[in-house]
Amino acid sequence: MIIFRLAWLSLLNRRLTALLTILSIALSVMLFLGVEKVRHGARSGFINTISGTDLIVGARAGDVQLLLYAVFRIGNATNNISVKSLDDINRRAEVEWMVPISLGDSHRGFRVMGTSSDYFTHYKYRRNIPLAFEDGVPFDDLFDAVVGSDVAAELGYSINGSINVAHGTGNVSFGASHDDKPFRISGILKRTGTPVDRTVHISLEAIEAIHVGWQAGSAPRAEDSISADAVRDMDLTPKVVTAAYVGLKSKIGIFSLQRYINNYRQEPITAILPGVAFAQLWAIIGNAEKALMIISIMVIFTAFLGMIISILGTLNERRREMAILRAIGARPVQIFGLFVAESAALAICGVVTGIALLYGLLAVTWASIEKATGLYLQFSAPGQQEYIYLLIIIIGGIVAGSIPALRAYKMSVSDGLTVRT
Amino acid sequence: MSALLLENIKFSWGKRPGSFGLQLDRLELAKGESVLLTGPSGSGKSTLLGLICGTLSPGEGSISVLGQSFNTMSGPQRDRFRADHFGIIFQVFNLLPYLSIIDNVLMPLHFSEVRKLRAGKDVSSRNTEARRILKALGLEQFDRQKTRELSIGQQQRAAAARAFIGAPEIIIADEPTSSLDEGHQANFMELLFAEKDKTGASLLMVSHDLRLAHRFDRIISLEDICQITEAGQAA
Repeated sequence: MIIFRLAWLSLLNRRLTALLTILSIALSVMLFLGVEKVRHGARSGFINTISGTDLIVGARAGDVQLLLYAVFRIGNATNNISVKSLDDINRRAEVEWMVPISLGDSHRGFRVMGTSSDYFTHYKYRRNIPLAFEDGVPFDDLFDAVVGSDVAAELGYSINGSINVAHGTGNVSFGASHDDKPFRISGILKRTGTPVDRTVHISLEAIEAIHVGWQAGSAPRAEDSISADAVRDMDLTPKVVTAAYVGLKSKIGIFSLQRYINNYRQEPITAILPGVAFAQLWAIIGNAEKALMIISIMVIFTAFLGMIISILGTLNERRREMAILRAIGARPVQIFGLFVAESAALAICGVVTGIALLYGLLAVTWASIEKATGLYLQFSAPGQQEYIYLLIIIIGGIVAGSIPALRAYKMSVSDGLTVRT
Repeated sequence: MSALLLENIKFSWGKRPGSFGLQLDRLELAKGESVLLTGPSGSGKSTLLGLICGTLSPGEGSISVLGQSFNTMSGPQRDRFRADHFGIIFQVFNLLPYLSIIDNVLMPLHFSEVRKLRAGKDVSSRNTEARRILKALGLEQFDRQKTRELSIGQQQRAAAARAFIGAPEIIIADEPTSSLDEGHQANFMELLFAEKDKTGASLLMVSHDLRLAHRFDRIISLEDICQITEAGQAA
C-alpha cells in the first residue's frame, strides 16, 4: 500500500510533467474513442439508410449495384422492370406492401424519383424512423413534388415554389428538359442523413406525364408536344419502373419470396436483402475506417512513448530517492512496483480524463454534428467493447511503464545505498 | 553475541582482471557500542557499508548481524532484515522531497512490522512517538513541513529521527555531519548520542573528522583493517 501512496505523492511532486503526460494520454484516448464512435455512427448510419424494407426488387444485376441505384441513387439501372412483374410479386401471400420507384431524371444535380405516396409511410431509416415533413404534405396533384431537406436548403426552396425537371441525370442538362411541365413543391422533408435528403420526389404518374411523346430519350418536336393540361386526361399508369421496395408480413417469408423473384421466368429480375448488400458494400468502403483506427492506435502508442520518455528522464535525479528507499528497507522489486504504479496511475488518469473529454465534447457538439453531417453519433455510455479497449489501454500503459521500472530496478540493485555517478 | 561481525571478507566489483575489490580480516561492533570508522575517500567505505547493510554480498567470508548470518539470506531477505534492524543516515539528501517531515520519519515503519510495533500499537501512538523523537532533536515545530523548507542541519536531524524510530538495534551513519558547520556538528552529535543511549543501539559512524572522536567507544582506521585489491593481483 505504501508503494501506491509513494507513487501518487511522487507524481504530485512532479505534477506539471504528470499533467502533461496525462493530457497526452487523455487526448489519444479521446481520439481513439471518438474514432470508434464515428466508425460506429457511420457504419450504423450507413447500414440503417433504409430499414423496414425486407427486399429490394430490380432488374437483374449485382446486389451492390442494385443497392447503389435503388437506395443511394448512385449510378443507373441496367434495365427497368415491368409493372406486370411487380403485380405478380404483389399478389404473393408474403407481401404486405410494395413501393415502386422510378429514376432517371434530375433537378439541378439532385435526383428526381417517381414513387407512390405510400413511400412516405413505408420508407424508414435508422431504427424504423419514418419520414417526417418539415413543412407541407405529400404530393397530391399530378405536378406536385416533395423535396428532401438538402435540396430545399441548398437551392433555397420553400413550399409552393415552382421547379422544373431535367431529363437525364447530369448536373447540367443539355437542352433536354421537361420545363414545359413545371412542378409545385407541396412538401419539404425533415433531415434524415440519408440520400432521401438529396432527392426530389414526384408521383409515378408525373414521371409518365413528363415523358409523354418522348421517344428514345429525345424530346418530342414542338408540334407533337402535349401541354400540361392535356396530359392530365391521358392514361398515365406506368408500364415500367426502376425498382421496388417490398415489405413482408413476416420475416419468415423473405427467402421464399426472394427465391420466387430470382426464379421469375417472364423477366430477368432479382431481389436483394438490403442488410446483406449493405454488408457487402461496407466491406469495400469500410477499409477507410480501419485506417482511421490504426492511426488512432498509433497515437496511443505515441502517448505511451511520451510517458516512457518522461519517466526515464527523471530516473537519474531519482536515484537518490531510490537509495533512500533501499536504506529504509525497500526491496528492488518494490522500487519496480513504485514505478509501475506511477505509470498505472498516469494511464488510468489519462483514460478517465480522455473519456470525460470525449463525452464533454460530445454533449456540446452532438446535436450540431448530426445537423451538419447527418452522422448520428450515439450519445450513450461506453459499451462493453469500449471498456475492453480501455482496459487494454491501461494494461498497455502498465506494460509501457515497466520499461523505465525495469531500469529503476536495475539501478537500485547496482546502486544499493550509494549513488554512483 | 555481537551486533555486527565481519570476518575474512573478500569482495570484488567484477570478475575481470583489474576490477577493484576489498579485503577485510575482521570488524566487530558490540551491542550498544559506538565505533568511529575513519579513512580517506577511496578506502572502500561505501563498499563496506553496502556489505554491512546487505545490499552487497561478499564473494568470500562471513557477515553476521545480531547473530544472524547474511550469507544464508537472499537479497530480499537482507532487505527485510535491514528494514527491521538498521537505521541509516546519509551524508546529505536523506529525505524524500515529496513527503512531510513526519511522514519521512514514519516511513521505515511501513517496511518493518517489528519497528512498527515497537514504535506504537496504533497510528496515533506511532505519530506521538515520531513527534517525541523530533522534539528530542529540536524539530517538533517542523513535523508538517516539506523537506525543502528545512535547512541542511534540520534535514540531518530529521534523518536521525527516521533512523531511530522503532528502535532499530544498529545505527549506521555515513559522514552525517560533513555538510554541517561546526556549531551544528556538535549539536547534531549531542542529539545523536542522547537518542542512541536511550534506545541502546549500536552506532557505526563513518567520518574523517577526528574532532568527533572523543565521543566514541572505539576508533577504527579503515586502512588498518581493510585493503583495496585489484583482481588478478596477489592480495
